[in-house]
Amino acid sequence: MAEILGGFFSSHVPAIGGAIARKAQAEPYWSPFFDAWPPVREWLGKVKPTTIVAFYNDHGLNFFLDKMPTFAVGAAPSYANADEGWGLPLFPTVQGHPELSWHIIEQLVEDEFDITTCQEMLCDHALSIPMVLAWPDHAPAPVRVVPITINTVQHPLPSAKRCLALGRSVAKALANWGADERIVVMGTGGLSHQLDGERAGFMNPEYDAFCLDNLSKDPDALTRHSVHEIVELAGTQGVEILNWIAARGAMGQTASEVSRTYHIPISNTAASVLVLETEAGQRAGQAKETAAAA
Amino acid sequence: MASSKPIPGTHIFDGDAARKGYALNALCFSFNDAKNRQAFLDDEEAYCAKFPLTPEQKAAVAERNVLKMMAAGGNIYYLAKLAGIFGLNVQDVGAQQTGMTVDAFKQMLLDQAVGVKETAHG
Repeated sequence: MAEILGGFFSSHVPAIGGAIARKAQAEPYWSPFFDAWPPVREWLGKVKPTTIVAFYNDHGLNFFLDKMPTFAVGAAPSYANADEGWGLPLFPTVQGHPELSWHIIEQLVEDEFDITTCQEMLCDHALSIPMVLAWPDHAPAPVRVVPITINTVQHPLPSAKRCLALGRSVAKALANWGADERIVVMGTGGLSHQLDGERAGFMNPEYDAFCLDNLSKDPDALTRHSVHEIVELAGTQGVEILNWIAARGAMGQTASEVSRTYHIPISNTAASVLVLETEAGQRAGQAKETAAAA
Repeated sequence: MASSKPIPGTHIFDGDAARKGYALNALCFSFNDAKNRQAFLDDEEAYCAKFPLTPEQKAAVAERNVLKMMAAGGNIYYLAKLAGIFGLNVQDVGAQQTGMTVDAFKQMLLDQAVGVKETAHG
């Protein structure tokens, strides 16, 4: 049977891709963000995932306003990155997992989520950047991925409650996935930031701390705010926290914190990188440490 | 949502904005393709004419005015592709919208770190 080992969560900002391209990771401006990743890689090295289920929002690469799905599940054999308008070097293509995609799709529709399915899909920086930060020495990353996108661009957006429920339906699908796979979920975006309007540059460390403190132990606490309230608290793009909420739901009931980084600012964004693990993930980590000690 | 109280300095990109801004956002979306970016640089007016922009949208693009583009239905994720053509990043765009210099805007971002507990390696 498949095991859900935990999840990692990260801000995604196109400028991170620019910093990687310029090899600026060690610069004082960037190092607080890039230094967040060795603990993530260490944890991934312990739990050794085969499979990633990734929740993020597209920023106008795969979806335009002509067709804007609230929730879309990728079911492609692979997901290529492409030029998002700035001519940055392309990130490695991500390997897909169509069998698991369709298993998740079946469960979601059974649970009355009216999703969009995508047998062709480009992935933008929101998926590519965390993948390349987690596996910098691999092209492609040594995992198969099911991408799930959430509309955080064009209102009305799905509620936080609905996103958590979507994630929990995915958790149900993963729990009854018969293959012997090691699954880690990923949620990207946020934390607080606002790119547009006279309030551009807004961040809110207090709300971010509330999210980070509750995501592991009480994710339902994050669903008590309406989308409008989240925009007020986190900024127009800080609403990407919806991706984290859905990813947390996909981890199942219990989660404990492994590592957390919070830094202001990366570009216009309050940046955070967080690792949570399930009990299965804890057992996997302990088994690895015992083996190393023996 | 119409019933929600406005958030100062914040524009919700809703159905009204999406309808109003469709052509402008379509123009910006086309800039994912490097050929289109070059065509815009080569002859801005001719390239823009391929999209049914309103006079308000045309003027906002000609003036490089982000707040006017947003008032005309532009969405920042798409507008960022247009800004990129001019080598402008989101700090430049933020400075323009807030009426600050770019240095002052960057300093405002940095200043928000003051008093915040930065965490690393939990």
